[in-house]
Amino acid sequence: MTANGASALGAVPEEVAFAQEVPRGEPILEVLDLVKHFPLTQGIVFKKQVGAVKAVDGVSFDLMKGETLGIVGESGCGKSTLAKVLMNLEPATGGSVRYKGEEISRLSGAGLKAVRRNIQMVFQDPYTSLNPRMTVGDIIGEPFEIHPEVSPKGDRRKAVQDLLDVVGLNPEYINRYPHQFSGGQRQRIGIARGLALKPEVIICDEPVSALDVSVQAQVINLLEQLQGEFNLSYMFIAHDLSIVRHISDRVGVMYLGRMVEIGSDAEIYDHATHPYTQALLSAVPVPDPTARESRDRIVLTGDVPSPANPPSGCRFRTRCWKAQERCAVEVPLLAAPSWLDGPARHESACHFAAEREVGQSAAEREVGQSAAERENGQNGQGGTGPG
Amino acid sequence: MTTAVDTTKPAREAPYEGPLLDVRDLHVEFVTRDGVARAVNGVNYSVRAGETLAVLGESGSGKSVTAQAIMGILDMPPARIPRGEIRFRGQDMLRMGREERRRIRGRKIAMIFQDALSSLNPVLSVGFQLGEMFRAHHGTSRKEAKDKAIELMERVRIPAAKQRVNDYPHQFSGGMRQRIMIAMALALEPDLIIADEPTTALDVTVQAQVMDLLAELQAEYHMGLILITHDLGVVADVADKIAVMYAGRIVETAPVYELYARPAHPYTRGLLDSIPRLDQKGQELYAIKGLPPNLLRIPKGCAFNPRCPRAQDVCRVEVPELFPVTEDDGTALAGRGSACFFWKETLHDR
Repeated sequence: MTANGASALGAVPEEVAFAQEVPRGEPILEVLDLVKHFPLTQGIVFKKQVGAVKAVDGVSFDLMKGETLGIVGESGCGKSTLAKVLMNLEPATGGSVRYKGEEISRLSGAGLKAVRRNIQMVFQDPYTSLNPRMTVGDIIGEPFEIHPEVSPKGDRRKAVQDLLDVVGLNPEYINRYPHQFSGGQRQRIGIARGLALKPEVIICDEPVSALDVSVQAQVINLLEQLQGEFNLSYMFIAHDLSIVRHISDRVGVMYLGRMVEIGSDAEIYDHATHPYTQALLSAVPVPDPTARESRDRIVLTGDVPSPANPPSGCRFRTRCWKAQERCAVEVPLLAAPSWLDGPARHESACHFAAEREVGQSAAEREVGQSAAERENGQNGQGGTGPG
Repeated sequence: MTTAVDTTKPAREAPYEGPLLDVRDLHVEFVTRDGVARAVNGVNYSVRAGETLAVLGESGSGKSVTAQAIMGILDMPPARIPRGEIRFRGQDMLRMGREERRRIRGRKIAMIFQDALSSLNPVLSVGFQLGEMFRAHHGTSRKEAKDKAIELMERVRIPAAKQRVNDYPHQFSGGMRQRIMIAMALALEPDLIIADEPTTALDVTVQAQVMDLLAELQAEYHMGLILITHDLGVVADVADKIAVMYAGRIVETAPVYELYARPAHPYTRGLLDSIPRLDQKGQELYAIKGLPPNLLRIPKGCAFNPRCPRAQDVCRVEVPELFPVTEDDGTALAGRGSACFFWKETLHDR
C-alpha cells in the first residue's frame, strides 16, 4: 500500500539548503540551554515587565538521526512550549537550537522557511488542528503551496492521494472535509500533512492522547512504520508513559521547565535515579489487578509550583522526600552522577540521585508473569474479586 | 444535624441487603435530524454497598449516557428511554414522580463529573457551592452551611480549608477542584456515587492522589461506586467487578482479576492486547482494526463483528445475548458473562 506513496515522496526534489546527510545515530538536532520566558506585564499604556513565566528554562538535549526521543512530564512542565520553540512557532528567549550543525533559533524569512520544511509537527488535537473549511486534499496539499520549490511537479492531486494511501486512508476521500472523519482518521490526515514535504524530523505533541484506546495502537503502529520507511527522527511528547516506552529509544523527563533526567528507555524505566521520575513511574496505573498489592506507590503531596515563581535550587524540592538544605541553594546539574555505576549512571539532575525499585517496573514484571501463566494454560489469578 | 459530616451516621438506614442499584434492560435513544441514535441498547448491571463497579468503554459506547439516565439528568427530548428499569433499593426510579426522584438525586446517588472546571459555577465561591447542598436539601442556615463546607473541604484534604472556603473555582488547581467535586458528592453522604472519568483530566501524580482519596472515602462510608472510565490501568487498580461496554451494550462482565487474566470477549481481549507491554518493544502493537461504529448505523448482528478477528456468519445476523461464562466442565464462574457466540474459544485463546 505504501509503494505509491514512497514514489510520490521520491518525486519531491532534494532541497537546496541543509542538503548534507546526517548519518544514522549522529545528532540532527542539538538543543543547548534553551530558554523560553513569557513576560508578565503590568499597566496598559506603559507596560512594564513584572516577572516571567519560565516555561522552558535551560533545556539541553540532542536528537539523533533516525531515533525517537520521548519527552514526558505533567501538564505545565513546558513540554509543549519546548516543541513550539523548536518549531520556531515561539521565538526562543535564549539558548541555541542547531539543525545539522546550523543555528536555527534566530532565523527568519527564507532561512526559517527552509528549516520548517525539514522539521514538521503533528499536533495533539485532531479536531482543532485541521481547518474545518478546507477539504482533506487542500489540507495535505497546502504545504506544497507554501513550498513550491519542493512540491511535486505535475500532478499535485496524485501526490496528495498517495500520501493518503501512505497513512492508510482511502485516496478517494480527497474531497471530504475533516468533520466527516473520526478522531483517528483525522490524526492520520495530520500525519499525512506532516509528511508531505518529506521532513527529516517530526515533532509529535501528544499525537494519540485525544484518541480512543482501540485506535491509539493503530496510530502508534503507523508512526513506527513511517519512521522505518522514511528514516525519520521523532520527538515524541506524551504523558502516557507506557506508550512513550513502547515507541522511544531515549526518554527525557521534564519538570517545571527543566529536564530532570534523560537516558535510554531502559535506563529511565528500570533504573530511574531522579525522585520525580520515580514518583511519576510509580503513579502510573498498571493494567493488571494482581499488581495491586505489590505496588509500591509514591504519592506526591501538593501540586506543581507556578512556573512564574519556581522554587530556588532544585525545582522539585518542594515535593521531594529527599530534599535537604543543599537542594534549596544549589541547582542540580543534568549530568551522569559520578557515584553511580552501570545503567543507573545516566544524566540525572539530582544531588542525591539513586536507584529505587519503582512500582512500574516491578509491576511490569508481574504482568509478564501473569501472561506466562496464561500461556501455561493455568486458571489465571484467583477466583473472584474481593468484596 | 448539629455536628456536620458525622462519620458514625446514626441517621443512616440499615445496610440494604440486595443490590443498591439494579439497572435492567435499559434502552436510551436520541432523536436526531439524521435518525435515531441508539446510545444504550439493553444494559444490565447492579452495584451493592461497598462495591466498585467499573464501566469500561470507549467514547460512544454509552457508558456516560447510562450514568446520566441513572441520575435522571438526560435532556429529554432529544433523549428518550423507551424501555428498561433503574431500581434503587428495589424501587424503579423511572416510574417515580419528579419530587420523589429529586429526593434521591444528590442525597442518595451523587455524581462526580470529569471536568471539574466546567462543572463548578465560576462566579460562586466553592464554599457557597458546597454549602448549597445543605441549604437546598436540609434547609441549613447560611452560616452553618459554610461551616459544613469547611469540614467537607478538610475531609477531602484541601489544605488551609478555612482560608480557601471563599475562593473561586479558578483559584484552585485541577486536582484540588476535583477534590471539591468529590466533597460535593459526599456532602449528603449518599449510598452510591457515580464517578464519570473522575481523573481523566488530571496528571498521573495527581490522579493517584485523587483515586486513593476516593477509594478511602468509599470504604469509610461503605458506599457503592460506579466508576466510568476508558483507562484499563485505573480499572485494574480499584474495581471489584467490570462491565465492558461497546456500542451501547455490555459485551462482557467479570470480576476484575478474571477479566484481566482470561477475557471472554474478543473486544476485551483486543483492548488488553493493545496495551504496550515490555516484552513487545520494537514490535508492532496489536491494534483492533477499524473504528467504533456510528450509533445511527450500528452493524447488524453483533456490533463488534466488522472489527472482530473471530467473526463468523452467525455474528453478522444474530445479536448475541450475554451468555454465562463457565469452565469446560460446566462449573459456573460467578459474575461472568460474555456477549459473544465464541466466548469459549476466546476464553481459551492465547
